[in-house]
Amino acid sequence: MAPQISEEQLLYANVLDKGMKLGLIGLVITFAVYAFGIFEHKIPIDQIQNYWNLDGGVTEYLDKTDIHAGWAWLGNLGYSDMLNFLPIAFLSLVTVICYLAIIPWLIRKKDITYVMFAIIEIIVLIFAASGILGSGGH
Amino acid sequence: MFFIILAVGVSDVFASNPEVPVTEPVQYAWWFWPLILLVLSFILGILAVVEGVGGGVLYVPIVSGFLPFHLDFVRGAGLIVALAGALAAGPGLLRRGMADLRLAIPIALIASTSAIVGAMIGLALPPNIIQTLLGTTILGIVVIMIKAKKSEFPEVPKPDALSQSLRIMGVYHEPTIDKDVKWQVHRTPMALILFIFIGMIAGMFGLGAGWANVPVLNLVMGAPIKISVATSKFLLSITDTSAAWIYLNNGAVLPLMVVPSVIGIMLGSMVGVRILAVTKPKVIRILVIAVLGVAGLKSLLTGLGIG
Repeated sequence: MAPQISEEQLLYANVLDKGMKLGLIGLVITFAVYAFGIFEHKIPIDQIQNYWNLDGGVTEYLDKTDIHAGWAWLGNLGYSDMLNFLPIAFLSLVTVICYLAIIPWLIRKKDITYVMFAIIEIIVLIFAASGILGSGGH
Repeated sequence: MFFIILAVGVSDVFASNPEVPVTEPVQYAWWFWPLILLVLSFILGILAVVEGVGGGVLYVPIVSGFLPFHLDFVRGAGLIVALAGALAAGPGLLRRGMADLRLAIPIALIASTSAIVGAMIGLALPPNIIQTLLGTTILGIVVIMIKAKKSEFPEVPKPDALSQSLRIMGVYHEPTIDKDVKWQVHRTPMALILFIFIGMIAGMFGLGAGWANVPVLNLVMGAPIKISVATSKFLLSITDTSAAWIYLNNGAVLPLMVVPSVIGIMLGSMVGVRILAVTKPKVIRILVIAVLGVAGLKSLLTGLGIG
């Protein structure tokens, strides 16, 4: 029996491949912008080392830098350090794009159970991405 | 419903953020520690491929144990690193039929949901407790790695009702014997319960879950070892996504840490695939177990206030 790979599996792989490569290229570009100081930094690049080992961890870091957590970086894309969150967020959303891509195929095959799995997974990931579930640190 | 959820989450986009004044003296050039991370992640990427683990389980204990970063940021970076590795490996594994989408999807749903819970708990607990639990968990992983047997082609006489109804089965080509191998799984309900705990641990400590996914897929469900390893690696791209967002939204992701780490682990993974062919697995295995053992012990001692 020859290996059988489903159409939705191949489609998922193709979308994943494109998304992953796009995200990585974005990561390299935005980091180069950051490292070379092409735009202004929100936190001066040489000062970061004073913030990544504070006793209070991320809570103290956010407090001292007055940076808002969640999606606040979207409003600060003019700063080269915040710009890096764009490809990081994109890579963290590639999976959602892949699930959205395979749902029509699953519906066509009348595979309702897996359609439901995919929809619930998308909801879970969107919920995690939304920032509603922030814990506020310690 | 999507738009309501996104609108609530994105509403703080328009909060104002004044620039941070330059006041503190610095000890190192800004590129020093990112360069260390790049080199270290490169080495970890090689080891991760050869040993068949994700990057997070090596990255988090080693970086938090020996480098000067707070555990919050190390866990955030660890999840992004594990995610990046899984995203890179996923397409090839799926196309070759080594990772199975039907096997992964229900497991991913369970694990990604519990990873969110784990991440929230992890960010709420004091760091010394997390360090102690992390150290204990890593030492437990070392024991599993020492003792775990790997079954190349487990015997599954009859699939369970759940896996049959979900049509979790397949065929893949095994090049070492030049044969097509038909596989099916059993004990699916038990495995799904185990994946709840695995997801929580992954989220809490910023680890990928490959170290636990593989034994459950292989030894509990009876999937062939290559299907287990490949599907586990692919699974991380879904499980780690949910937990990574919790750390991202809590501000626990620093680009100056994450980007060099991701690039390092990706390059190391590519080299690791080539090195895998010529290196004795036993040598690498001993090295990984030794490094994890030291890192786990350091984490435990730090958490207890001794190290």
